[in-house]
Amino acid sequence: MNIDAQRKAPIYEALQKFRKQRVVPFDVPGHKRGRGNRELVELLGEKCVGLDVNSMKPLDNLCHPVSVIMEAEQLAADAFGAAHAFFMVGGTTSSVQSMIWSVCKAGDKIILPRNVHKSVINALVLCGGVPAYVNPDVDSKIGISLGMDISQIEQAIKENPDAIAVFVNNPTYYGICSDLRSIVKVAHAHGMKVLVDEAHGTHFYFSNELPVSAMQAGADMAAVSMHKSGGSLTQSSFLLTNTGVKWEYVSQIINLTQTTSASYLLLSSLDISRRNLALKGKESFSKVIKMAEYARNEINEIGGYYAYGQELTNGKSVFAFDVTKLSVYTRDIGLAGIEVYELLRDEYDIQIEFGDIGNILAYISIGDRIQDIERLVGALADIKRLYSKSNEKMLSMEYIAPIVAATPRDAFYAEKESLPIAQTAGRICSEFVMCYPPGIPILSPGEMITDEIIEYINYAKEKGCSMQGTEDPNIERLNVLK
Amino acid sequence: MEFWFSERHTDNVELSIRVDNQLFSGKSDFQRIDVFESEEFGRFLTSDGNVIFSEKDEFTYDEMIVHVPMAVHPNVQKVLVIGGGDGGVARELSHYEEIKVIDVVEPDEMFVEVCKKYFPDNSKGLDDERVNIYYQDGLRFLRTCHGEYDLIINDATDPFGHTEGLFTKEFYGSCYKALKDDGIMVYQHGSPFYDEDEEACRAMHKRVFRSFPISRVYQAHIPTCAAGYWLFGFASKKYHPLKDFNAKRWNQRKIQTWYYSTNLHLGAFMLPKYVEDLLEQEEGKESRKD
Repeated sequence: MNIDAQRKAPIYEALQKFRKQRVVPFDVPGHKRGRGNRELVELLGEKCVGLDVNSMKPLDNLCHPVSVIMEAEQLAADAFGAAHAFFMVGGTTSSVQSMIWSVCKAGDKIILPRNVHKSVINALVLCGGVPAYVNPDVDSKIGISLGMDISQIEQAIKENPDAIAVFVNNPTYYGICSDLRSIVKVAHAHGMKVLVDEAHGTHFYFSNELPVSAMQAGADMAAVSMHKSGGSLTQSSFLLTNTGVKWEYVSQIINLTQTTSASYLLLSSLDISRRNLALKGKESFSKVIKMAEYARNEINEIGGYYAYGQELTNGKSVFAFDVTKLSVYTRDIGLAGIEVYELLRDEYDIQIEFGDIGNILAYISIGDRIQDIERLVGALADIKRLYSKSNEKMLSMEYIAPIVAATPRDAFYAEKESLPIAQTAGRICSEFVMCYPPGIPILSPGEMITDEIIEYINYAKEKGCSMQGTEDPNIERLNVLK
Repeated sequence: MEFWFSERHTDNVELSIRVDNQLFSGKSDFQRIDVFESEEFGRFLTSDGNVIFSEKDEFTYDEMIVHVPMAVHPNVQKVLVIGGGDGGVARELSHYEEIKVIDVVEPDEMFVEVCKKYFPDNSKGLDDERVNIYYQDGLRFLRTCHGEYDLIINDATDPFGHTEGLFTKEFYGSCYKALKDDGIMVYQHGSPFYDEDEEACRAMHKRVFRSFPISRVYQAHIPTCAAGYWLFGFASKKYHPLKDFNAKRWNQRKIQTWYYSTNLHLGAFMLPKYVEDLLEQEEGKESRKD
């Protein structure tokens, strides 16, 4: 990485320059630097609405970058050790989907773990790709899905020699990493591409205390959620490609679905955040790691909670652990993660990332202060004192291996009927059911519905998980194949 | 030349104090601290631009936050002061012979140093041999305390700044746990007058009311506070601030005060109706306004 070059922020600088020119706008957006929408100015501020401008010559165009956006993308690629970086404005969902569509056409097989984000299976619904699932190991105590063991990948490749790519979640929401270098080696040996959903791993690129990043491990593409640990605005993201990928084709794929009016607020936030990461990332994440480790120790001190870390690593399904993640297993105090999540918000004014059946996840980032960590730890101690109960009758969160009966696309577009959930056992589902967050489907289109899955959905609903994905907004009926 | 310090109490109201000169300015990990010399209030200290105390009016809350619970609890031996780095509270506590231990927990070492240098009258309270200073976060200190203290005084004043964590349910819960079965917690309850302050005040009462069996509020007039009007909270596991108040015993101690008196003790719990109403609304009782 060329540090001197990284001090530049071409999009940001172009916007600054443009503002000083006081150009009279006879183009979109129609609010004209906010003059036509005073309430918006009141809410967001002059400076912010003033930057909400259209693509134009001095500011380049995201659909076909030739000047400042191109330069900013080159700087990003250099900062992340990639051959090419794309600025994305449709969330990391758009990065993940573009990544899949760049390698996968109708009928192509792709090897992936089942605990992927819904955007992955959505991409397959649209392009007609066929998933070959690897069932992730589950930690028997904390009940979370782990990474993919290299032997499982080898097995999947043996069973699906015609697959075109291997897709990896790295790290998972909970911070679990697979042996990425070995996966790349095996996949490449069989002519398969490696795509990495690195939504939760932006920080891997800027620390040597953390697991290996996708680009460093030699993966072909990675979707990086800059707005998560990278500090940019919500919805902004990077898609990184490595040397073995023809970026010009990826650019065409991105342009199939990407907006032609990309927001300069998002683009400049990516540009500035990349600069921050390149110049100060190492130092910032070292602080984040210290805060997360401190919180982990303090939470484990309370007793009853299990804030897990590095000790989970086993060289296989947990090859490495992202220590910036603060996940806590709560079932031993008799509360589901989602219950602790709700108590934290309603009783203690603390909003954490999510709670599932057995765990909570608090997101620690460059914006946190130690006094906020004390609040979180203090609140968990108080919750234990006031709300803990017996942990009998609690459903453990087991991974339910799917029975795939149809491809996502065939199932999604098939003739279907709507049935009350209780009557759907044995039928094939044509839609998604998931808790959000984390947005990992419990059922996805084409999978067989079983009694076990119905019980799980009912339990998650009863505990207060926010469910979505079905056509029925109340999640009482499911669409199944006729 | 005129040199004014201004503190914004709301977007539309400021308190301005003419300053003679500035004695100190520094930034710690927690706050920016400034010390000024003024004609009207003598020396005063600010944190991130908010007046924390002045020589002229600090006696009010140091006395009110100490003598009120001390005139109620029959036998205080172990006291915890959270955030009392200036020493004013410890100074008032040092009048009581029965107290054996005064633990002062203050995260910001710079704050203590600045007070020692510029406010020796306050910080001499920290020289009492019963005082132990812990440079720690209050919430963290409390996490390991179980049934240890007779009295906890939360001296933090600002529910919006770096002491935010000391106005939360987790803090009040931790205090409850750290107190003995007949323990008392007193705390700064903010000012109820301006809208934003009122919201913070309501939230505090709601949380404490749900954490302690007895939760009453009392008042004082402090010129440098927002609207010059300040509330304190009295939360207790057993003793009632008026029913268990022992004026005779307190008067026998012959402690010299400038604000607190046993007459005022009774009066301080008699609140203006709008304050009574907003507190009762948070307790879930019908407002008498309706």
